[in-house]
Amino acid sequence: MRFLLIEDNLKLAHAVVERLQLDGHAVDHAETLDAANACLDVADYDLILLDIMLPDGDGRDFLDRQRRAARRTPVIVITARSAVSDRVGLLDLGADDFITKPFDFSELEARCRAVLRRQGGAADNRKTYQGATLDSTAGALLFGGRNIALRNRELRLLEIFFAAPGQVFSKSHLMDRLFSLSDEASENAIEVYVGRLRKRLEGSGARIETVRGLGYRMVAV
Amino acid sequence: MHPSIRRRLFLQLSVVAAILSLAFFLVLRSVAERAAEGTQDDILAASATAIADSLRSENAAVTLDLPYSALSMLGTVSEDRVFYRVAVDGRTLTGYNDLPDPPRLGRPGEAAFHTHDYRGEEVRMVAVTRRVGSLNNTAQAVITVAQTRQGLAAISQRITATATAVGTGFFLLATALSLFAAGSALRPIDRLTGAVTRRGPKDLRPVTAKAPTELVPLVDALNSFMARLRASLLRTEDFIAEAAHRVRTPLATVRAQAEVTHRKLNKPEHKQAIREMIRAIDESSRSAGQMLDHAMVTFRTDSLAREDVELRQLVTETCDRLSPTAGLKDIALQRDLPPDDLHMKADKILLQAALLNILDNAIKYSPEDSDITVSLTREDALTLSVADQGRGFADMDLDRLMNRYERGANVHDVVGSGLGLTIAQDVARAHGGTLSIATNDGGSGACVSLILPL
Repeated sequence: MRFLLIEDNLKLAHAVVERLQLDGHAVDHAETLDAANACLDVADYDLILLDIMLPDGDGRDFLDRQRRAARRTPVIVITARSAVSDRVGLLDLGADDFITKPFDFSELEARCRAVLRRQGGAADNRKTYQGATLDSTAGALLFGGRNIALRNRELRLLEIFFAAPGQVFSKSHLMDRLFSLSDEASENAIEVYVGRLRKRLEGSGARIETVRGLGYRMVAV
Repeated sequence: MHPSIRRRLFLQLSVVAAILSLAFFLVLRSVAERAAEGTQDDILAASATAIADSLRSENAAVTLDLPYSALSMLGTVSEDRVFYRVAVDGRTLTGYNDLPDPPRLGRPGEAAFHTHDYRGEEVRMVAVTRRVGSLNNTAQAVITVAQTRQGLAAISQRITATATAVGTGFFLLATALSLFAAGSALRPIDRLTGAVTRRGPKDLRPVTAKAPTELVPLVDALNSFMARLRASLLRTEDFIAEAAHRVRTPLATVRAQAEVTHRKLNKPEHKQAIREMIRAIDESSRSAGQMLDHAMVTFRTDSLAREDVELRQLVTETCDRLSPTAGLKDIALQRDLPPDDLHMKADKILLQAALLNILDNAIKYSPEDSDITVSLTREDALTLSVADQGRGFADMDLDRLMNRYERGANVHDVVGSGLGLTIAQDVARAHGGTLSIATNDGGSGACVSLILPL
């Protein structure tokens, strides 16, 4: 996905950019509303991550102007204000969702996904491998005329494999991607999910292979 | 403790009444006695004058034909004994020889009064001097009439009894009036006290009860104090929000960098260390959020907004909001809602805060791959229930769980501050309802219900 991050705190912005890039997303960073408008003039984004307090204005005004100009790019507000009363106004102004600092990146991703699903999806959210298509937005696996609904973690795990077919992923890498860092989980859990995916993929041209001592990879049948 | 104003006022008014009653008694008695004494004196004088008028001088001898009426008029006042003596130039002409001479004589024709002991009794005496005889042969006659004072004493006793009765009555009446006056003077204070006492613990609106002029400065001082307190509370809330805000951005930086670092590290013990760090950040952030929510709930409870809230929409919005978070653990938020809109008058933000906190708890304590069911029913009351398939409340003291910062005994592995249920309970109470928590039938999972009166 392609993100525009509007955030004036450089350290936070760099960390967020780096973290999103680790998951394979493209991120542009704008420090000010002016810079953000310049970015929006030349590129299309799947999603805008917006901070509220910016040096050249209030993020809420930016949001309001976007909506008045009928620009429908989804906006997720990153707010430092956690009170319920602060949140209500944001949604009324046309934000699609918000997330409170400090945030969990898996939660941010889940929110992005939910927002995109509500919007009808970004263009490049389907990936196909060996005749099997993964529709991230719909959360479904399609092959041979079948449409299999996936649960959240199955979808996220498949996304990792579909992004790089043939590449071996270690158990601990998959753990990191699949479980929130504040949850305790054992590596056995990965085996459970891989087992489920194998069932889902039965009958398609793809399968998940165990690479002894290294991890898992998706290969052609 | 200082003596009560009511008591002091009553005592002071009673003492004044007692002094006035006593003065009244004394004045009444002395006026009446003087009047009675005056009457006796007048009759004694009239009697002596009548005797004097009966003196005749014939051939240098003074004779007296004692008029009966002169002595009988004394009997009209009382049954007291009467003594008299008529002396001419010092010789007793008639009467009691031993009746003493008056200590001094008035001018001729004038009556001189005095009181004297005679024959063991107190007598009132009058002496009248008269010159009798022809031009060159005159003699001085002294007519003394005396009367005992027993009748007067009886009259005086009657007067004293009457004065005592009147004085006592006056005192009792005045005391009752002062009791009433003290009560009615203090009634505005009672009213004001009542108006302040009846308030909720967080009601800081100005006092509007009508106060008499003397109490206006006190009410003004009270109102200005409450305004300052309110402003100070508001400042505190702003301060908490601002402090949370200031802390959250750097925490977000630390957390994001920690996630990046975690991804890059390979050694399990290093990864574990970063994981602990992230858990600590999440814990502080969650606690700050709940404390802020709790402060907000406490503050909003004062001036509860009663707007029209549609509960189905509120449940749907809140579930939509938390679905992505629940999805991370493959938890499905099931909704069991009635077919029709459900309206009630309530504070929407508070209800949202309550539901968010209950749901947040449920998601935290639910196992992976489970369902959380939010149901809304309307019978005698509105019941908004959140049932999960988590570990439930085991055998814990359910009442204690709703205390501030109190957490269950079986949740040490989950990040939490223990304010979630307190917030929900405060919201329920603010709306006149209750929060009920129970372990589901069959012993698995918890059910937390917000029960609100219609």
